[in-house]
Amino acid sequence: MEKLILRRVDRNNEEMLLNFGPQHPSTHGVLNFLVETDGEVMKKAIPDIGYLHRSLEKIGEMVGYPGFMPYTDRIDYVAAMFANEGYALAVEKLLKLAVPKRAQYLRAISCELCRIASHLVSVGTMATDIGAVTPLLHAIREREAVNDLIEALCGARLTYNYHRIGGVAYDAPTGWKDKVLAFLDHFDSLIQEWDRLISFNEVYIKRLANVAVITREDAVSYGLVGPNLRGSGMDWDLRRDLPYGAYPDFKFDVPVGRGFRGVSGDAFDRYYVRVLEMAESSRIVRQALEKLPEGEIAAKVPRKVKPEPGEAISRVESARGEMAYYVVSDGTERAYRVRARTGSFLAMGIIEKISRGLMIADLVALIASLDVVAPETDR
Amino acid sequence: MTINEIHEKLKAQFGDAVGPLSEPRIDPFCVVKADRIVEVCRWLVTAPGIELDFCEDLTAVDWPKRNVIEVVYHLFSYRHRHGIVLKVEADRANPVVSTVEGVWKAANWMEREVYDLFGVTFEGHPDLRRVLLPDDWVGHPLRKDYQEAGGFHGIPNVRENPLVELRRLDEVRIAERARKAPPPAPAAAPAPAAPPAPAAPKA
Repeated sequence: MEKLILRRVDRNNEEMLLNFGPQHPSTHGVLNFLVETDGEVMKKAIPDIGYLHRSLEKIGEMVGYPGFMPYTDRIDYVAAMFANEGYALAVEKLLKLAVPKRAQYLRAISCELCRIASHLVSVGTMATDIGAVTPLLHAIREREAVNDLIEALCGARLTYNYHRIGGVAYDAPTGWKDKVLAFLDHFDSLIQEWDRLISFNEVYIKRLANVAVITREDAVSYGLVGPNLRGSGMDWDLRRDLPYGAYPDFKFDVPVGRGFRGVSGDAFDRYYVRVLEMAESSRIVRQALEKLPEGEIAAKVPRKVKPEPGEAISRVESARGEMAYYVVSDGTERAYRVRARTGSFLAMGIIEKISRGLMIADLVALIASLDVVAPETDR
Repeated sequence: MTINEIHEKLKAQFGDAVGPLSEPRIDPFCVVKADRIVEVCRWLVTAPGIELDFCEDLTAVDWPKRNVIEVVYHLFSYRHRHGIVLKVEADRANPVVSTVEGVWKAANWMEREVYDLFGVTFEGHPDLRRVLLPDDWVGHPLRKDYQEAGGFHGIPNVRENPLVELRRLDEVRIAERARKAPPPAPAAAPAPAAPPAPAAPKA
């Protein structure tokens, strides 16, 4: 980084080097961008991350297998369920453990509720970053309702630690199903309200459509995942294409960016794919609640989790796209290596390329549309 | 295509450069010779019927006992929904592996992370800088023999246990109360309790 700064000092022209962050309200956490500008136009923005690095992968090697579960929450605190599930799936694969059907359904329900909460934060903060403050309040209001439901399920509102190796921690409390259904009835109508409120607002569309276009080839090559990949027109969703857990039992559509208001792969597509995904999550939760089977909520797991030597990778479709856990076991009670591959880290890699020629104000739209969460990039 | 079929094709194309598929211990992998990895990856992306266009994960595992650092490539194809896991073994003393940044752009940042945390140098990488840790960090923390330096620019990474200080304050308060209390019968007058020594700060 220092070298980059020194290189710019002796230039004697209109170019400037701006520090965008690390304490900036629009960077969604502690991120820094070194922005080379020529007037209002960026030459490029170089992401500088690592401010939130807590070496979670090293911690994973030090605590036992079950002990790492609360730490996974901290990988992505906006959508902690998915990190729980991914880690649980990887260790279950190592242990060759079958998860009871009811636990799989509870996992799917909790994850989809969490996806709604996470996408609400994403689209709400995106509106704020663009300059519309009111929508965030509407989004956070609904997210509070989701948080209440998840709190009733597992006792926590942010870092859930709900999934366990072999199942889930608690069964759904009595009357919970009706509460969730009541919320979903209210929420489904809210998506139309949301569209009227902000999505199809003329100013909003002008700020986002045709801005920061990522082509499908670039999205695949740079390893973008989840809504960012689908926003670029790639029809791929792990839940449908490589289903895990209870997902084969559900019917849902996968929204793909087809250029809703501009060209495919622009910031508006990435945004609107998330709005549509919330409706699909609501559909999945309804189906899961309807079919929720009776039975155990966790498999029998030995007190000392000691998988045979080997390695396993698990992939889950998180709110920020595909999250993969690569766990290596050497036959002891502690993992030999835990690796979390997250969507935000790779999304940061494309910013330098896409930012070329954008206006400074559009950098905010780019970051918000990629839905980057700082702890997930840094781990 | 199953992982076995991809491996057979790879073996037919590159011969000895591709090792055998590991016995199926959950997720199998195959070891590729370090000097052929770029060639192998380029072929895997373009070969018809295989087309592994998604570099899902690129990471490393340190094995001090075998004196190698394994660089692990998880590759996947969106079109055919199959994948393979490749590994390259690098010498721990001087780990150098060719970069696959030219094959998948995603490798750029993931290789930077492996360089940062394991100290593997990727030959030909356009921008090999530390990504998570500060530029002047010493060592590579995910190596098994990494020793913490005990702080960074004067910021300590250990702190005094706050309970020690609380207990010291408690003891001072108890001693004070004992001193203020009316003296008991003169026959059984104990010697005044000496205030305990303050807890020594941890190094």
